[in-house]
Amino acid sequence: MQTRRETLKQSAVVAGLVASTGLFPQQAAAYEQAAFSAKNLADVAKALGASAPQESNAVSIGGPDIAENGAVVPLKASSTLAGVKRMLILVEKNPAALVAMFNMTDAVEADFSTRAKMGQSSDVFAVAIMSDGRALYAKKEVKVTLGGCGG
Amino acid sequence: MAGPMRIRAKLNGDKTTVRVLMSHEMESGQRKDSSGKLIPAHFIQDVSASLNGKVVMTAEWGPAVSKNPFMQFEVKGAAKGDKISVSWKDNKGDSRTDETTVS
Repeated sequence: MQTRRETLKQSAVVAGLVASTGLFPQQAAAYEQAAFSAKNLADVAKALGASAPQESNAVSIGGPDIAENGAVVPLKASSTLAGVKRMLILVEKNPAALVAMFNMTDAVEADFSTRAKMGQSSDVFAVAIMSDGRALYAKKEVKVTLGGCGG
Repeated sequence: MAGPMRIRAKLNGDKTTVRVLMSHEMESGQRKDSSGKLIPAHFIQDVSASLNGKVVMTAEWGPAVSKNPFMQFEVKGAAKGDKISVSWKDNKGDSRTDETTVS
């Protein structure tokens, strides 16, 4: 005969064991605070456990050459490669470089768009983190004209 | 409380283009109010999208995503009438889920 207290104790132990084996996917997907506070591409890649980033023409970044409004800059990251695990969008001269990170599954294309805030003209990066840990990137310069003349 | 998302899912050959417009302040934590105090960051951190209940993508965002965020992605293998649902959760624990059907 087991008391309620013993049962509770045991289930806590079991829960602890299960958690330590990483069976809970929501724990594996915890918010990547380190990556979102990194200042540049190399640090972001390192925070995500990827190798040193290499430029690749199989990855592409889309965005305007000149953004008239730095608060809303449409950016697009895509890749033609198979085996992409994550797609990242970075703005180098923002207080924290990483803007957005998209985790792939087999059911989606490596093609994501969003809109970012940019404090000033900067290089922007699309980075594909491959399932083997490589980090491949493409970059593009976006000029921000806050004056609104559109130059 | 945040307003509803606008989601469009359009079948295009063998792919479905999903466009999402969320309603959120996306306060960066860098701005100051009129008295010079920093406005605390308030932004969407986690996003996930599913097709007929199965998660097809997740995303993690920083505060540099624009106010009222837009997101677009391509889903493979969806058919007309399939359900696409999108959820987000912000750094203060608020969340929202909305759903649409592929057209």
